[in-house]
Formats: sequence, structure tokens, C-alpha cells
Amino acid sequence: MFYREVGQFKTNYAADQAIFPIRQDRIGLALILLVAFIVIPLFGGEFLIASVMIPFLVLALAAIGLNILVGYTGLISLGAAAFMGVGAYACYKLSTIFPEVNIVVWIVASGFVSAAVGVLFGLPSLRIKGFYLAIATLAAQFFLQWCFQRVPWLYNYNTSGAIEVPTHTLFGVPVTGASATPVTRYYVVLTIVVGMTWVAANLVHGRIGRNWMAVRDMDIAAQLMGIRLLPAKLLAFAVSSFYVGVAGALMVFMWLGAAEPEAFNINQSFILLFMVIIGGLGSLIGSFLGAALIHILPIIVRMVPDALGIPIGAATVEHLTFIITGAMIIFFLVVEPHGLARLWAIAKQKLRVWPFPY
Amino acid sequence: MSERETLLSVSNVSLSFGGVKAISDVSFNIAKGEIRAIIGPNGAGKTSMLNVINGFYHPQQGQISFNGVMRKRMKPYEAASQGIARTFQNVALFKGMSTLDNILAGRALKMHKSFFWQMFRYGPALDEEIEHRKFCEEIIDFLEIEHIRKAPVGSLPYGLQKRVELGRALAMEPTLLLLDEPMAGMNLEEKQDMSRFIIDVNQHYGTTVALIEHDIGVVMDLSDRIVVLEYGHKIADGTPDEVKSDQKVIDAYLGVAH
Repeated sequence: MFYREVGQFKTNYAADQAIFPIRQDRIGLALILLVAFIVIPLFGGEFLIASVMIPFLVLALAAIGLNILVGYTGLISLGAAAFMGVGAYACYKLSTIFPEVNIVVWIVASGFVSAAVGVLFGLPSLRIKGFYLAIATLAAQFFLQWCFQRVPWLYNYNTSGAIEVPTHTLFGVPVTGASATPVTRYYVVLTIVVGMTWVAANLVHGRIGRNWMAVRDMDIAAQLMGIRLLPAKLLAFAVSSFYVGVAGALMVFMWLGAAEPEAFNINQSFILLFMVIIGGLGSLIGSFLGAALIHILPIIVRMVPDALGIPIGAATVEHLTFIITGAMIIFFLVVEPHGLARLWAIAKQKLRVWPFPY
Repeated sequence: MSERETLLSVSNVSLSFGGVKAISDVSFNIAKGEIRAIIGPNGAGKTSMLNVINGFYHPQQGQISFNGVMRKRMKPYEAASQGIARTFQNVALFKGMSTLDNILAGRALKMHKSFFWQMFRYGPALDEEIEHRKFCEEIIDFLEIEHIRKAPVGSLPYGLQKRVELGRALAMEPTLLLLDEPMAGMNLEEKQDMSRFIIDVNQHYGTTVALIEHDIGVVMDLSDRIVVLEYGHKIADGTPDEVKSDQKVIDAYLGVAH
């Protein structure tokens, strides 16, 4: 009906090669950005901003990072949370050693540390594939988590063993620590996530993204096209770890305010992997949908009994949330094993040809 | 034919996997601009031969020289960068990508703009993308696959997938194009189309073609010279007429009374 490309003629390849070639998509994206940048900060409550949107954006960024590795390049990783940890600890160390430098600089810079560690643990990927690589990345998960626990230098010899974020300011406004308002933190997170998503979209739609997907779909043919496997895979590890590392730094500095090594355990890795799989492998919008399903859906389910005035104990609500969220994940995967992004694409295709079936 | 320059020469190549000899002491050459066929019964070592030329397998003995340069142990991407392109017996397309993206992926070696520009999809990177899109459109036009340009290749019928694979190989602007059974599993009409494309590629672009094919009629009509392999040995080499009347070839294909 409204979603039609009829009459939108493209007269050059630049228009056809655009990331959003259909006008309605561009309008939709503009509306989403408008809501995210203006409507939510203006009208959203503290709960919505601090407990829903900031975690959602941070997790979505981590999911994008993991998706670059798993979805676009076909290298399964079970160590995503450990790389979030690398980003978080790197940012913590950098900001304590050089406290006068702007914290946003360190958040982005910690991505480079994470990328370097990612490349190191990505080296086995040339030789091993599939489930075996997943096991190899488990080594990263356990080794790095061990470091976070056992290397006191990383947490500045704190007796608690946790890292705590002091107040940092950006242009005189506090952006981290207790005195930073949720809206400021939200703006910092949103700007970084939007910027990095834009870069990721550019990468996956260009030569580099095609090389990654070629390696994923048929590595033998990819070699024959002149794509060298090791550089392509290591680049994927580096970019992926960069994104995941920045997400980890944002998680500690903008969302939690403090973190223990347990925040980066294998459970968290699995949750990130679920987001990517349920959202859609090889899809950026899928990363957002997956993060929304895993993070926001339980919050909504939890609010239902209160909203309807049903008297249930808090513990029961918690259990029910688990059951209902789990059931919905299974439901979505049965409906479309390729994830929410594919459902979204099918819905768009149906709208395009409506009222005809095809 | 004999005055033509040699593009690739294979001399005394032997390849074995453990105790199994896939190729033993095979020599032949491919001249610039010709269509060269490699035929033989199943398991004769044809595909292994292509894999050796490609750099997937490293022969234990023998030499290969391409474009006058003697080759050492070579990796597949080096073969690709020297201008050797290849299609596969079982279609090896990038299933998750569209036809256009598959063909664009074949331009990987021709695209050089740095990671920095790729990040912003701006300036040189965007110009490069559009310039190569133009080139790929020419291939799409040539192979008459305009209507499936945005379709995911996994959903295409087999005949079209083979055609897209040829397009992807052509996108590399190869000097030598290796085709592994380009017409396997095709109906007559599709075979005719594919033959036409192969001849056009050879004549318009001047690409040297080496092909493996089981349809003897097609092979005889298309190729300038034919190598016949059996059990890893070369049993005949020559023009279609010479090969057709060769007693060893007839025996290999029809069997001999023992």
C-alpha cells in the first residue's frame, strides 16, 4: 500500500547502489532517528532512558559486532563477552592513567585494544572452522575472564575486584559516574551507536563486506576470486572485536557504572549470540531486533501483571517472564528460522506487491 | 594453430594423494586465444588437473609455466591475480548474495580503495563501487541475466546459476578461463546458450578457455584442441578430428574386448 517503489526511477548506478534505494525506507529511517534523538529524550521517563534504551543500544552495538563475525563472515565465536570485557577494562585503565583526556576518546580507543586482542585470538580461524572454531574462541572467553579476575593491575588493585567508574565530563557536562543524567548518557551512547552502525552499513555493503560474505558462503571460490582468507578473516575479527569492545566500554561507563568480571562471563556471550541468531545472521537491522527481543521483551512482559492489576508475587513474575520470553523466542524461530530480519524482509516484500500474492 | 603463442604449459606433472596417483606424467600446453578441452572418463584426473593449474593442489613432480613464467608453489589467490579464473563442477556461488553482488565479488582483485574510504562509502570508494558496477552491468548484459540481477542466487534455477558463475569468473577479466563441466545437467537449449557464451567470450574478449565437458558433441564443436586423459595418463592430444579417430580414445570410451 504505502510501501511501494513504483514510480521511483533510478537514472544512475549511484542511486541504485545506495544502501537504502527505496524512498520509504529513507523516510522510515529518518523518522526512527527523529524519535531516538528528539522524542525519547524529551518525553521519555528516566526508566525508559536508563533501563530500556541505553542497555538496548549497547547490546545492539555488541550484536552488530558479533554479527560481523558470525553472520557476515561465518566464523562462530563464543567469546563475545570477553571482548566486551577487554573494551571495558581497556577503557578503565586508559581513563585512570590519562584522566585528563576526554572519556569518549577512550571509549572509542578501547575498541582498538579489543580489536588487537581479537586479531590474536582470530589467528586459529585460518585452520579451523565451524564448531571447532567456536571451541577455540571459548579459550579466549575463559582466558580473558581469568585475567579480569586474577590480574589486579587491570582493576587498579581494588579490594572489591570490581571496576568503578568515576565522574568524567564532556564539554563541562558530566557524562559518566553518579552525577551524569540519563539523558546525557543516552545522547552519548546514541551518537556512538548511530555513527558506528552507519560505518558498519557502509562496510558490509562495499567491497569488504562482499569479501566477508564470499568467505562465509564458499571459501574455496573466494580464494579463486583473489580474496586472501587470512587477511579477510582477521579483518573481520578486528572490526568485530572493535565494535564489541566499544559496546563493553559503553556498558560499564554509560550503563552499569561499575562491573565485576562476572559481567563478562560465558552466559553473556551466549546471550549476545542468541541476539544475533534470533535477530538474523548477516543483517544489521537484525542485530537491533535481536537486542530488542532479548532485552526489551522481558521488560514488557514483566510490566503486564502490574498494568492489568493482577496480584502476583515478584518472584512468580520473574519466572513467568523467563517462560514467556523463552516461548516467544521458540515461536519466532519456528516461524522463521532465519531470524527476525528475514521476517521483516518478507513483510516488506508482501507490502510491495500487495494486493497481489507475488 | 601451431604459430600461436603458448599461454600455459604443463610439463611432466604428477600428482598423487597418498598411494593414489591422480595424474601421472602429463604434459600439454594451452595456446593463447584457443578453446582447449580436457576430456576423459570419470576419475581420469580432469578436475585434479584444473586444481593443479589453479594452485589448489601442488604437484609432486613437473613444472607449469604461465605466460612464460615458471611457477613455484602457488596459492589460489596468486593464480587469480595472474589472471586465471575458474568455474566449478558443482556450482560454487556465494549463496547468500544477489547475482549482482556475486559478480561484483569477482572484481575483488580490481578494487583497491582503502578501508578508510570504505568506512564512509564516500569519495574514492563510492566512485570505485559505481565504476565496477558499470563493468558488471556489461557482463550482466552480455550473459542476458538482467532480470535476475537483484535476485538471491540461491533461489535461481540451476542453468541460471551456472550462467551467474560464468559471469563471476568473467568479472575477473581473466586471461585464462577454466570451466569445469559448464554444461552438466543442462537441457539442450541451455547448452546451446552456454556454448554461444563460451564462443563469444573467446572471440570478443579474446579469453583463452580450457574446459572440461562430458558432452562429446559440444566438445567437438567448440574446441580447437582436445587433451584426453584416462586414469591420470594422457592418451591423446590434438584437434577434434585427430582425437575422434584415435584408437586409444575410442577404446577408453567404448571399452575394449579383453
